[in-house]
Amino acid sequence: MSAATRDAAVVAERTQLVAGTRVVDVRGLGRAFAGRSVLQGIDLQVNAGEIVALIGRSGSGKSTLLRILAGLDAEFTGGVEVNGRVAVAFQDARLLPWRRVRENVALGLRNDDRNAVAEKELREVGLGDHLRSWPLTLSGGEAQRVSLARALVRDPNLMLLDEPFGALDALTRLEMHELVLALWKRRRPAILLVTHDVDEALALADRVVLLADGRIAHQERVVLDRPRQRENHDLVEKRIRLLTELGVHEKGAVL
Amino acid sequence: MSALEQEGVSVTSVRPGRQEALGVEIPTRKRRPVSLPLRRPGRRFRRLISPLVVLILWQLTHTFKLISELKLPPPSELTTTGWNLIAHPIPAYGSLQGALVISTQRFAVGFFFGAVVALILATAAGLSRVGEAAIDPLVQGLRTIPLFGLIPVFLVMFGIGDLPKILIVALAASVPLYLNTYAGIRSIDGKLFELGRVLGLARGELLRNVVIPGALPQALVGLRQSLGAAWLALVVAEQINANSGLGFMIIQAATFLRNDIIFVVLLVYTILGLITDWIVRRMERRALAWRPDLVAQ
Repeated sequence: MSAATRDAAVVAERTQLVAGTRVVDVRGLGRAFAGRSVLQGIDLQVNAGEIVALIGRSGSGKSTLLRILAGLDAEFTGGVEVNGRVAVAFQDARLLPWRRVRENVALGLRNDDRNAVAEKELREVGLGDHLRSWPLTLSGGEAQRVSLARALVRDPNLMLLDEPFGALDALTRLEMHELVLALWKRRRPAILLVTHDVDEALALADRVVLLADGRIAHQERVVLDRPRQRENHDLVEKRIRLLTELGVHEKGAVL
Repeated sequence: MSALEQEGVSVTSVRPGRQEALGVEIPTRKRRPVSLPLRRPGRRFRRLISPLVVLILWQLTHTFKLISELKLPPPSELTTTGWNLIAHPIPAYGSLQGALVISTQRFAVGFFFGAVVALILATAAGLSRVGEAAIDPLVQGLRTIPLFGLIPVFLVMFGIGDLPKILIVALAASVPLYLNTYAGIRSIDGKLFELGRVLGLARGELLRNVVIPGALPQALVGLRQSLGAAWLALVVAEQINANSGLGFMIIQAATFLRNDIIFVVLLVYTILGLITDWIVRRMERRALAWRPDLVAQ
């Protein structure tokens, strides 16, 4: 079987698997701050199990869109439908510094075995040794792992990731990409990833949605197995296209 | 007590980079270079040297008849006076332990009510705009009233019983605790409330996990100030219109020119203040264990 047909088969299987289950359905969404339009005419659908990367320059409205989907901003116009359990991970890991790592993950869970569930999740992100640690003693990467565990422990259908790796060093970021993919393969939540890093978007997403001036300016579908080779011819072409759309012309530059 | 605290270093500073990374802002108090003194056996006693020298000099003023012992009774005499006040009390003063019990009770009752009211008001003002508009101007106004100016007013209103003293103590305790708790709640990063919404925390969970621990460092600063203010208020209130208690003992002693008794009572006040301060320090160490400089120890 050639690579292309195998990819097509994977996609077909996934599409079948999730047929009819839309996790996000946004139609004609608009949002203005004090009369200044930040988002307008946004149509965006995310299927169950799909990874969508939302890229754009600062101020393109990508974080605003994510906040609306997270239910943190209700001052929008148009239709927004989010189905199922939603979990959010922020750029700042946003842990409660006065709660130990395990309690941070278990926060808001109501079941009796909340601590056991939190422990299991922390082991999955590789932090089994840090259950009783205080958040302020963690490294940036570790804090983000806790944040991921806190999102995953809610068994979400949709994970909203707001530039969660933006503040990490390059190596840690790559490790986090692997971790996210591994977790996604096991659990298959839909993921909406906000990022300004074209390479990150292309490494992870099934679909890259580019926002500019509050509108969807461009979309790229990426039908490649993960982990992906950065040098893959298809990816190089997409990278150049996306960077051009973003107004950057050097090949391979990261915004 | 940790070695750090013995050195008088306030152990509450936080590396600035980390708190930003976590999206929290932590009120830092005194920030001193922490040159960790390792616990050496001599250190504890080294700090006792200068007080001992002062005590010896004080005693020598008596030995060499430098100052009249009526004005400055030497430590040796204070020990005798203290013992006599306990073992052989005379009616003019009453017993030291009796006065101690009465004063401690007034303090405890007044402080308790003052603190409870302050915490309730601070929470209401800190968490709701309506509460802030209703409560904060009143407390800010109350703060500017000279507390001890109220003592004669209370004398007219409530007589010379326990009530006016308890009220003065309660007022003195409530103001710093209110101000600091309110500021503590307001200093909590709004992002953490946002997190609470995302996680679907109920009101009680938000209070328990975000508001209380977030405001606690500042509230504990307020608690210490409150304790100091409340002891001071008690001393003054008991000296102006009382017929029992430590302050009353001082006034009686002054009438009979017994400076030695006054010194003994002041010493008792000092010990009481030190004990309450020590309790708050213990509370701080437990409640603020999450701070990295404490974690590192």
